[in-house]
This record gives sequence, C-alpha cells and structure tokens, in this order.
Amino acid sequence: MRNTRSTQLLTELSQPGRRAVVLPKCDVPETPLSELLPADALADNPPALPELAEPEVVRHYTNLSTLNMSVDTHYYPLGSCTMKYNPKRNERLASLPGIVDLHPYQPEDSLQGMLQLLFELQDFLTEISGLPAVSLQPAAGAHGEWTALMAAAAYFRSIGQESRKLVLSPDSSHGTNPASAQMAGFTAVTVRTVDGAVDMDDLRSKLNDQVAVFMITNPSTLGLFETQMAEIADAVHAAGGLIYLDGANMNAVLGISRPGDIGADMMHYNPHKTFSGPHGGGGPGAGPICVAEKLGPFLPSPIVVKAGDKYRLDYDRPNSIGRVRTFFGNVGVLVRAYCYILSYGPDGLKAVSENAVLNANYLLSKVKHFMPVPHGTRCMHEFVASAAKLKQEKGVTAMDVAKRLLDYGYHAPTVYFPLTVPEAMMIEPTETESKEMLDAFVETLFRITEESADLLHEAPHTTPISRPNEVAAARQPCLRAVCN
Amino acid sequence: MAYLFNTPQEQQEMLASIGAASIEELFEQIPPSLRLGRPLDLPPAMGELELTQHLSSLAAKSQGPGDKVCFLGGGSYDHFIPAAVDAIASRGEFYTSYTPYQPEVSQGNLQAMFEYQTLICELTGMDVSNASLYDGGSALAEAVIMSMNTVRRHEKIVVLGSIHPEYRQILETYFGPLGLEIVVAPTTNGTADPAEVEALVDDQTACVVVQSPNFFGSPEQVQALADIAHAKGALLVQSFDPLSLGVLKRPGDLGADIAVAEGHALGSPMQYGGPYLGIMTCREQFVRRMPGRICGETTDRRGKRCWVLTLQTREQHIRREKATSNICTNQGLFALRASIYLALMGPQGMKEVGELCARKSHYAAQQIASHERFELAFDTPFFKEFVVRDTQNDVATVLAEASEAGFFAGVALGTWFPELADCFLVTVTEKRTRVEIDGLVKTLALTTNRTTIHA
Repeated sequence: MRNTRSTQLLTELSQPGRRAVVLPKCDVPETPLSELLPADALADNPPALPELAEPEVVRHYTNLSTLNMSVDTHYYPLGSCTMKYNPKRNERLASLPGIVDLHPYQPEDSLQGMLQLLFELQDFLTEISGLPAVSLQPAAGAHGEWTALMAAAAYFRSIGQESRKLVLSPDSSHGTNPASAQMAGFTAVTVRTVDGAVDMDDLRSKLNDQVAVFMITNPSTLGLFETQMAEIADAVHAAGGLIYLDGANMNAVLGISRPGDIGADMMHYNPHKTFSGPHGGGGPGAGPICVAEKLGPFLPSPIVVKAGDKYRLDYDRPNSIGRVRTFFGNVGVLVRAYCYILSYGPDGLKAVSENAVLNANYLLSKVKHFMPVPHGTRCMHEFVASAAKLKQEKGVTAMDVAKRLLDYGYHAPTVYFPLTVPEAMMIEPTETESKEMLDAFVETLFRITEESADLLHEAPHTTPISRPNEVAAARQPCLRAVCN
Repeated sequence: MAYLFNTPQEQQEMLASIGAASIEELFEQIPPSLRLGRPLDLPPAMGELELTQHLSSLAAKSQGPGDKVCFLGGGSYDHFIPAAVDAIASRGEFYTSYTPYQPEVSQGNLQAMFEYQTLICELTGMDVSNASLYDGGSALAEAVIMSMNTVRRHEKIVVLGSIHPEYRQILETYFGPLGLEIVVAPTTNGTADPAEVEALVDDQTACVVVQSPNFFGSPEQVQALADIAHAKGALLVQSFDPLSLGVLKRPGDLGADIAVAEGHALGSPMQYGGPYLGIMTCREQFVRRMPGRICGETTDRRGKRCWVLTLQTREQHIRREKATSNICTNQGLFALRASIYLALMGPQGMKEVGELCARKSHYAAQQIASHERFELAFDTPFFKEFVVRDTQNDVATVLAEASEAGFFAGVALGTWFPELADCFLVTVTEKRTRVEIDGLVKTLALTTNRTTIHA
C-alpha cells in the first residue's frame, strides 16, 4: 500500500518543460535584462533545478512525511529534548497575519502589538528564571550559551579581569557547553562527577582566579537535581567566577525552583523544549537568555522597552556586546512560547513540571526492575537507564534496544548520552503522555529485553529501511544528487 | 489543565507504584532553601478562545503588508509564497518530529534534507551545502570561522563596506573580542573598486567577505575579488540573494569558496525577522571544516538507498570543545520550505521572479528619480533594491508621511551609514504591482509638494 515512487528524488521525477508556479505577466516596461545589468553579472541560463508539476510535488512530500515518526503520530521519549505535544492553537495564532507578516524594519508605531508581546514575554522569562535581565535574540540554546559567555567575557573585561580564560563544565554536560566556551575565546575544562553529582573536591581544585564561568545543567543530564547547588555557587562565586545554568531541563522545575534563586548568574531557555515550540525536524529553536542585573548592560541590542504606553526598541546600550543574529530573533518560536505560558498560567506551569516529574518517576519505578538505573531511585523529569547488563549477558547494546523499539512504534530514547553512563538510554516521557502509554512502553521495553540477541542485532525489521551503513556514508560522502 | 492527562485517581496509582506519598515528595531532591515557595507572578491561565481573542487583539495593534504596501527590504523580503509550501510544511509528521537521529524512522526528513542540499547546490553552483544554519548573519560569521580554520590564519579579514550593516555588527560581536582585525574596504559609489580592496589584502588575510548583490542592491565584482583573495592565499566568502540566482551569475561561477545567504525568502514569511534560514555552501575540499548538520546518501542492510546524518565527528555532541562549531540545531522546517519552494518554482519560475524584481525595481527607481526632490544615490546597476537620496535631507518626514498614506516606502540608512543620512533603501519584489509602484511615486510627489508649500 506504500507509494514507492515517493523515495525517488525530485531530480529523478523531473521532466523538461513541466512547471508548478507561473508568475504574473510583467506590468511594467519589459526592458531586456542586458540593458539593466552588466553582462558579466548575468547568467546565461537559470540554474538547472528540477522541473515538476504542483500535484507531484505535493504527493512527493506528503508521502515522504509518512516515513517520519513525530510527536503527532508517535510516543517520543527522547531524553534531554522534551518532546512534548505541540499545541495546535499556537500554530494558528503564530500564523495570524498581524504576527507573521511583519517586516523587521517597519516603523515602531506599526509594530506596537508585536513589541507588546515580546515585552511581556521578556517579563515572563525573567519571572520564571529569577534573573532580571533578558535578551530574546539568540537563535538556539547553543547560541544562547555562547551569547551569555560573550557577555560574561565583556563583564570581566569591564572589571579588569580579562585574564579569566577558563570555563568549567561537568563531564555529564551537553557537548554544546565546551564547544560554546571554545568559540567564545575561553578554554574548556572538564570537572568530574561522582554518582551523577559534581565532585566538589575536583571542582575546588580547579577554581582559581583564571576561572570565568562554571556551566552546570540543573537538573542534570542524568535527570537529577544537583543537591550541592548552593555549595557549588558559593565556591564559584568566592573564586570570583560566574555560574551559567544550561536551561535544557527547565521542564522539571517551572514555578518550583528558579535558576536565579539557586545561585545562577546566567541561563538560557530552550523554548522549543520547555515551552512547546515544535522541533521542525531539527529546527528552528530559540535561545533567549536571562542574566543577573550586573550582566544586563552587556546583553545584545536591541531589547524591547516600554515608555508610557508605547513600546520601542532600545539600541542605546553602550556596553552591549552588539548583535548575535540579524533582526530581532526567532520571533515565531517566541510567539509560541508566549502562547504556551499564557495557556497554563502560574499554577498550570507548576502542574506541567509536577506531571513531567511524576511521569518520569513512574516510568523509573517500572523500568528499574529489569534495566538498571545507575543513579538513584528517584529522578526529576528524565532518567538514564543502562543496557550494560544486557550487553554483558547476551551482547545486546543500547543501540539494539533502541532500534527494536522502533519496530513496536516507539521512538527510541537518547542513547550513549550522557557519556558517564555505559550503554546509556536517556528516557524523558514528558507530561503530555498518558499512564496507558507509559504502561505500554514499559511492557514493550521489558519484552525487548527478553527477545533473542539475533533478532535485536538485526532490528529494526518493520521500518521503511533497515539499519543504514553510516560508516560508508562518512567514508565516501555523497551529499547531493547528481543533477543532469 | 491545557494538555495534561493525569487524573487525580491516576496520580494516586502512579504514586503508589513509585512508593511516594505525594507529588511533593518527588521534589525532595531540591533543598527547601532552593525552592521558590510562592506562585509565579504571571497572568492567570487562558483557555483557547480567550487566548485567540488576546492574540488577535495584539495582531490588530500591528500593521503589516496587508495594511500597507511594503517596499522594505534589507535582508527581509515580501516575496510570494505558493500555497503548497504551507500545505506541506504544516503536516505534523514534518513539523513535530525531531532531528533525525534515528534514520530508520526519519527517512522523510532525511530525504528532504538531501533534496534541500541538492537544490541549493544547483541554485548556487557550489559543490556542497549543509542542512542549514540559523540565519544569513550568523551563517556569515560561521563562514569566517570556517575560513580562518581552513587557511589557518586568525589575524585579519577584509570585509566590503557594502555588506548588510547588521552582518558587520555580527562579525564585530563574534570576532572583535577575540582580537581579529576586521578591515572594512570602502564602497564610496555603492560598490567596491577591486583595486582598492587589493591594497588591503595581504598574506595574513583569512578571507575577503563580499555581499552580492550588496546591501544597496548592486552586484559586486565577485570574480575579480576572488582572484585577489586567492592570489594572497585567502578565501572568498560571498553572501548572496537566493532570489537573484534565476538571472544573476551564481557564487560557484564567480570563484566563491564559501557562499552563504539569508534564505527565508525561499518560501517563508517575514515573521518580524525570524526564524529564518541560514544557507551555507562551500567547495568540495572544505566540507570537513563545515559547521552544522549534513545529510548523506548510503544504503541499508538490504542494499536499499537511504539517507543519514553524516560527518558527525565535526559536531559538538561528538567533539565537544574540538568541534568545528557549537551549533546544535539547524532550521529544518525552513530548509524544508525552501526546498518545496524551489521544487515548485523550477528554473523557469526562478528566472521569471528574477526578471520581475529587476524590471519592477528599475521602473520604480526611474519614476521616483523623475521627481526633482529625489535622485538615485548611486549610478551602479542593481537587482531589486536601490538607494534614493532626498535632496531636501528629511528622510524621516518622507517615510513617516508615506506610511500615513499607506506605504512602507523604504528603510532609512542614516542609522548605519552617517554619510547616507539623506538616503533610504527601496525594495521592489515580484509582488508589487505597477498600480502600487505608481501609488508610491504619487505619494512621494505629494511629500514634495507639501514641503514646497511649507517653504
């Protein structure tokens, strides 16, 4: 019943002379282009793009879409990514003409509704984070990390401490943390964790007057709240450093604990995780950052301010690090976050975290009976199980289990991350799943651990393709269809 | 609550399984001193109808191209979007999926990425495209990083003064604090003189950065600049306008080593500036230095053709501090929209859109300049935008009055270019009709008359 033509490439479907879009007839003088532009700038022919009719383009992509798992169609317990339901009302509202059809250089008096929305969102984010200064400009979480680190560097320059060149982060951190540090001109240093918690001795031994920032993910990538947070913040602050909180896991603590109240000086949100922005097959996201008062002047410009009953963009910020992307930011994602926060209100956001944590602990209480969870019997919004025992007993890896889950119609958890757990499977159910779904998932996971190793090594069996040869893909990269 | 499942009864069952007395107990990990202990100070929850009314009222407080005729450009454009783009991209299977880390259940997204890379390579004449970056400005910054790492020079870059001023600000933010010297080449008549650029390029220079068509709408002499860069062992980075490539020579035909662009106009709305689409392409030999995700073709265990994310050893989740970039996300949904757009347009559609932009903008320029008050600031050729000088040096009033009359007439340039304080940038896309252009011209004429009466 599957349409097998759908996996042909557009270039293979192309037929000379076919077309979908016909532009209007020219209603101004049809001067030859050679009279308008110099010969050395003009192409002899347009690019040899495929030539297709509209119905086949629609059919092609519609069939392709059916080869994807998605939140709208499947359970997606992908740890660290918070694959919660993407509300349909947000899609509709973010597409209103007065929201989606605005040019960034329109006069401010024609943007009052948009600026009000962004101003209010700035307020919401500072209240939820407990950090008073905010920039909505960064385009993604990693971009937010880097932006905040650039602001931190500017702050240290302003107080004559530009010699602080080290950024510390735990071995369980997201890879973006050390990568952002390096890009911002710092040297990344790893701090050990023990049983999922920061090794205080190791941290103390690495704190000195060269340290600029300690980046911590709290709750951690192991789904644990760092109970030593106050101690860590005191130690880092005593050494003259700043605390950066990677906000990837904010879904666990909305209205319960605020980064600014637990010692963080800077943080980023991932609105595409915490505030339900759809992931879009890998983007767009956004990465708004909130920082302490003393770091506020260094944030990118512009920010939205309110003067009387008018909203305007403030560029007059002499200490700002400047600009990190064109225009205002990933506004479409921010609008969805705004809608989401208003949909839940203060009590609702707390209920989101409570149910995310309840769902995760419920799963943990069931999974731990047949798959070890190395760190603790309780978790926040996610936990990391290990397939190490399975591997030892019958040679079945976390990857095998992940692939077999696909056969049963579940997206796999995140595997092999964090690096501190062998054969890691990072499971994040989110709050937008039912108990029945969780029960069915646990039952399936258990059944898989009982299945034969041969069956699992060859999994998945029922998906549109079997395991791809990734080594060949990297060894002899073929990154585009050959267009004739 | 809006999207929650658990009934009180189910919550109790789940707590029993966990062995906890209450939900509160699940948060025991958080020391009491680190808890908020009060409700968040946020507006109360709204149902769908109230939220719809609220957003509609906000939307009504702004005015867009539906209310005013839009002649604004400068990196964000009011181009036409065929209905099929929205119809396909609004499928939940596309927009609610994640990064294709499990290729067996992500072939739709992976093949769409591969098609995007293919179409962008064909459009640009470049060898390789990644699966997209954040936007045109940050893509340019990533191209500079890539250049520095490729030629192993970290001291200096040469940037034409005619690139988007915000791009220049982004480069200053990214590299100023790291001690990179950003030398700006003068562009006095709206474009650069290659000879003047040549004097600035030396063997410390990592790359020459050119935007063509440039911020003022005019093509630069990319090939000559590429030759200059290459003679000194530097790379040529071009920022281009994808909508121009139906009629203009492609970066790959002009000697560009890395070509980047703001690609939102390929099928995505203006959205007050984002999310947009950062296009990045390069020559074959630089591919392993390229940031961001890349999709490649391979076969599965049964020999069936399929697609995967590849060359991931460049990326932050594998290499951490040794990665080519910290970039984690791409702009998947907007890359998808761009590829649908290009598939629908085809070569003929791209050629027509380019011709319409060129002809309509020249018609508008000629009509505006026929008024004694206005003249074209530069005598250089342009593609779809051009710079108008107000000889009475009162751009703010001209634009404000045009806005009153229902036209976003252009972007004032004085903020970025003090020497162009009496100028504004006018952009004409294929969507603007002759009636609208004539309306703008008439409005500007009235401004002239009013000012004369005041005088």
